[in-house]
Amino acid sequence: MEATPARARAYVVCVVLGALLCLRPLPTVHAPWWAVALLAALYAGCEQIARRRFAGTFYPVLLAAAFLLPPPAAALVPLPGALFSRVEQGSPWLRRSWRAAQLALAVWAAARVHWALGGRNAVVASDFPYALVPALAAVLAFCLVLTVLDGGILALAERVPLRRAWRGLFLRSLAPIGVHGLAGLMMAVLWRSPYGPVAALLVLLPMGVSWWVFAQYHRERAAHQATIRALVQAVDIKDGYTRGHSERVGQASMMIARELGMDDSRVELLRFAGILHDVGKLGVPTRLLRKDGPLTPEERRVIELHPEYGHEMVRGIGFLGEARAAVLHHHERLDGSGYPYGLLGSQIPESARVVAVADAFDAMTSTRSYRRARPVSVALEELSRCAGTQFDPLMVTALVRALGRCGWHPSVTADEVQSSIVFPPAPPVSSGMKG
Amino acid sequence: MPSPRPPVILTLIHTSALLLATTSLTLTLWTGLEERGVALAFGVLVAVGELSRWNGTTGLRETAPLGAAGALSYALLGADAGQPTHHGAFQVVTVVVAASLVGCVPHIARGQSGTPDHMARRVLTVGFAAVCFQPLYNQGVFRHWGGPAYALLLLALLSLTALCDAVLAAGLAHSRTGWPFGPLLRDELRGMLGIGSAVCATGAVMALAVAVVGLWALPVFSVPLLLTQLSFRRYAAVRTTYRQTIASLARSTEIAGYTPVGHARRVAALCQAVGRDLGLSEPDLTVLEYAALMHDIGQLSLVDPVPAGATSVLPAEEQRRIALLGGAVVRQTGVSPQVAAVVERQADPCREQPVSARIVRAVNAYEEKTRAGGPGGPLQALEELRLGTAGDYAPEVVEALARVLSRDCLTLPSAG
Repeated sequence: MEATPARARAYVVCVVLGALLCLRPLPTVHAPWWAVALLAALYAGCEQIARRRFAGTFYPVLLAAAFLLPPPAAALVPLPGALFSRVEQGSPWLRRSWRAAQLALAVWAAARVHWALGGRNAVVASDFPYALVPALAAVLAFCLVLTVLDGGILALAERVPLRRAWRGLFLRSLAPIGVHGLAGLMMAVLWRSPYGPVAALLVLLPMGVSWWVFAQYHRERAAHQATIRALVQAVDIKDGYTRGHSERVGQASMMIARELGMDDSRVELLRFAGILHDVGKLGVPTRLLRKDGPLTPEERRVIELHPEYGHEMVRGIGFLGEARAAVLHHHERLDGSGYPYGLLGSQIPESARVVAVADAFDAMTSTRSYRRARPVSVALEELSRCAGTQFDPLMVTALVRALGRCGWHPSVTADEVQSSIVFPPAPPVSSGMKG
Repeated sequence: MPSPRPPVILTLIHTSALLLATTSLTLTLWTGLEERGVALAFGVLVAVGELSRWNGTTGLRETAPLGAAGALSYALLGADAGQPTHHGAFQVVTVVVAASLVGCVPHIARGQSGTPDHMARRVLTVGFAAVCFQPLYNQGVFRHWGGPAYALLLLALLSLTALCDAVLAAGLAHSRTGWPFGPLLRDELRGMLGIGSAVCATGAVMALAVAVVGLWALPVFSVPLLLTQLSFRRYAAVRTTYRQTIASLARSTEIAGYTPVGHARRVAALCQAVGRDLGLSEPDLTVLEYAALMHDIGQLSLVDPVPAGATSVLPAEEQRRIALLGGAVVRQTGVSPQVAAVVERQADPCREQPVSARIVRAVNAYEEKTRAGGPGGPLQALEELRLGTAGDYAPEVVEALARVLSRDCLTLPSAG
């Protein structure tokens, strides 16, 4: 990450000043200071564990503080946790003070809203269901402040358009923080009940477990995606050229799918289809794959078995769905002269028609042992010429449109890796995980 | 039943659960329900929890956390919005049984197995908690306890209940599969640290929260737990597809023509059985399974296949080279580095190997020799392994393998 721009630093300073302003009435506030200290220590402890074991922040303690304490005292609670948190990259003190100020402001706003709606009395008298109203309003305020501040820093430091940053952040954070808010409310009610803070602490346990499961899910998902890549890398051991090609075909398939207006899960599947389309080359003898020069008809027939080998490999992976059909049929042609089954027109699965175009496009625009790469425009002309006989015209026009809009920036370059076992690390599957 | 001995423990557990359930039902029908509104609310909660139960868990203990937490909190409920409640232990069991039965209907209709065991466990654990708590509470033993002490008492009771549940679960698994009881119990106890502790804490919190704010606490607190349940489900789903992908990766050597069809799967199944016999824990067994599935993957780097994919007859140096190549591939796959380490070290002399690598080596050699030997191959292969124990194969692993093979091949789990 590059150095933080000056305007972002100025923004952080402003936010810190704002937070200090919220804390100003502290000397005149009557608050149970032992509760403030206990909650602050609790938050710091949770934060330490959280940073080490999983990514994310633990809001129930903060929201419980907002429901229990007067606003300036509640704003104190996140400070120790944020100021002593570990920061991996960048300037640590800038990040820590940013985090502390941001959370202090958010908690203060939540506490203020809760206070104004009479939530405190509702919590003390455990007046349900009315207590839910100020709590939900407080959660909304909390979310809103976090989103506005986060969006601001994103816009200033990384030049993300402000409106897009705000909308995405707010919608994504609302549901998890809402759940944390319910847990925080339960904590606050139990804290003020005869059972005391001991019972309130018990609320944290299920929340922690839920959170751990969520982190576990993400870890397993990442491992799973790496394994999909490993399938391709297994081919790469035999045929050094495949990897870059697979990634690029995956990318082109994704562009076509998106242009056709498919939903996100289908787009993702088509990306996997593109990545995995040549996995069946594993079944082709290594000598044949590495052969220089023209192939005999018999050798060609052996190589043409690879879609079936590929399907054999991936058919056991349930979540791949229609991507499996794409692996089997990506060498079919619209006029029925393709292989393995010689399917005609609409008999060919849609996913396979997408991957076929992406595959041909990348084959033309990348350098192979027997010829140089052709420019993108020449390749598109060639694709348009074959549309209708070999390729689905719909897919070809979609690719032309998508390339016209975004251009072609393959993320992986076809590096010439000759040694059989050293591969560069694969790029991450998706730019960010949707929580 | 394929199991050689009659499942005494199974019958015992089922009979006592049935007995408890029928006694409670009869007694409750005789005396009538106390506080019907509360009973109905908890009944609905348990039924919803059961409805959202999932099946086919791999390494996940509690399949209906919401149902379990609801049932336990009803067992430990002492007050509703400040007013003491009067329901007894038998009413608790009755409500939980009725609600669970309602919630189970879709599962039974879909023909899923495992419902009787699940119900028996639920009835017995809830009965245990309720019998420990309700009679004493209704006699007013805890009336003079302070609030925090009361909360801690609930927690202690729930921990005892969880212990009882773990013993029941291990007993059931033991009599169903014939695997050793000790490691099963240890795995159950370890599994409890995760979702088990969440269920216990939620049970306690719900009981306390209902005592303070009344029945409104139930929906408020079910939402977080329902989300936990959902994320557990997603976790289970992604684990399943992950396993499928690993199995596909393992099949790549078969499709490439380096190893015979089904070899990796058979080695993995047998390795797991041997690992279980040696008392490996659940996470270790997963590492072992993945390593066994991928143990031959280094052969992909060979330009020409080894005859019949049999590595155990190659010179030691060549075996180690292939193992190292395999480890390098596995490191790329994103599975835990432990798996890669096992694959890498499968060809080392057995004294230097970790136990998982010893198991993979011995079982792989057994599988290859059995295949080469034709009829009578298994016995001959085992004999060869025993003779080779001085250097290549660890004696305790070979003995475990012999035990597993002589016990019953039918109880082998099918992998992949």
